[in-house]
Amino acid sequence: MTVAPEKTLLIACGALAEETLAVIRANGWVHMDVTCLPAKLHNTPALIPNAMRTKIREKRGQFSRVYALYGDCGTGGLLDRVLEEEGVERIAGAHCYEFFTGSAIFAALQEAEVGTFYLTDFLARHFEKLTIEGLGIDRHPELLPLYFGNYTRLVYISQIENAELQEKAKAAADRLSLRYEYRFTGLNGLGDFLNKKAG
Amino acid sequence: MEDDDIDLSALDDGELVEQMHDDLYDGLADEICEGVNILLSRGWEPYKVLTDALVEGMRIVGIDFRDGILFVPEVLLAANSMKSGMAILKPLLAETGAPKAGKMVIGTVKGDIHDIGKNLVIMMMEGAGFEVIDLGINNPVEKYLEALEEHKPDIIGMSALLTTTMPYMKVVIDTMKEKGIRDDYIVMVGGAPLNEEFADSVGADAYGRDAAMTVEIAQKMVAERRAA
Repeated sequence: MTVAPEKTLLIACGALAEETLAVIRANGWVHMDVTCLPAKLHNTPALIPNAMRTKIREKRGQFSRVYALYGDCGTGGLLDRVLEEEGVERIAGAHCYEFFTGSAIFAALQEAEVGTFYLTDFLARHFEKLTIEGLGIDRHPELLPLYFGNYTRLVYISQIENAELQEKAKAAADRLSLRYEYRFTGLNGLGDFLNKKAG
Repeated sequence: MEDDDIDLSALDDGELVEQMHDDLYDGLADEICEGVNILLSRGWEPYKVLTDALVEGMRIVGIDFRDGILFVPEVLLAANSMKSGMAILKPLLAETGAPKAGKMVIGTVKGDIHDIGKNLVIMMMEGAGFEVIDLGINNPVEKYLEALEEHKPDIIGMSALLTTTMPYMKVVIDTMKEKGIRDDYIVMVGGAPLNEEFADSVGADAYGRDAAMTVEIAQKMVAERRAA
């Protein structure tokens, strides 16, 4: 007799929603559900831990297991403290970029060029809204060098091959006056974690 | 001048300073420069213009940032305006001999290129009369040590924006301990992902939650140390 897998909730950053759903669909994990916190919280990390706690408490009763698909995302360990208090495990990594590249490659990228700005599929798609508008550069172009003056390259780490997104990422690099690099990562980093938790 | 523009020169001193606080809040650099020049032309000491009009205005901005009313873009615009005003005042301050509050060496730690917070701290510290030596970004421990040796500051400040780079502060502090110079300096740390507990855990003397708070703590700690 096969035992049905336990009903599992993944609380993800909105920036990971599409990729997470793609992995779930590809594996037919119907017992896994996804709910997200707004991706724009990336620009105000101090708000993430409490938003996560609220979401966990709101949803926990409906699921046997809950996991967090989030980087530390600049919370300085405070997100992990909330997760520990709530008994929720998080995918490893300081940044979401790291889930996709794997920690060793991400560390090597950083080591090679400290002034690297990263885009994922989500961030490439929403670059204008999240980065340009989110940082007020659309209204005040004079702020651009203050934000990006120390960066030297933009690395687009792509999860799903998409020529249009590559164009957008390249345009983003041009807009920020950064050297452009493209790396395809696929969904393995995220998939490996979910695979371990799917049973 | 447009109809709805305020004629700054028509305001009395108190009104003008209040208007400058508003203009700083709104990031209006040209108006700030105009206000600075008007106050100077009325015989105000450069140091008084700096503290009453600019530093106080920026302090209000800092409070609203802390309370989530203002966000980074608005703070940067305000800071740019203050910078414009300070550019007028700086040479005059050097001539008139503004009070010296102390000396600070500050830099963003190794692996981190973010300097917005650090630059705000520098501006506010200078506004409060500190001499500040800016080491820039991505500083290895050797760079901090060299600067301590060369400048003999009261305070060493370290900044980081990334969760992955903030532990480097401990490397610097531990190296200072090894060299027996840790207690010769006040060690302050700051940056968005940091908190008081982290500062304690790495062995810093203080955590500067924001630029205004950093100035307050720095003034208090330097005064205590000098009194001891």
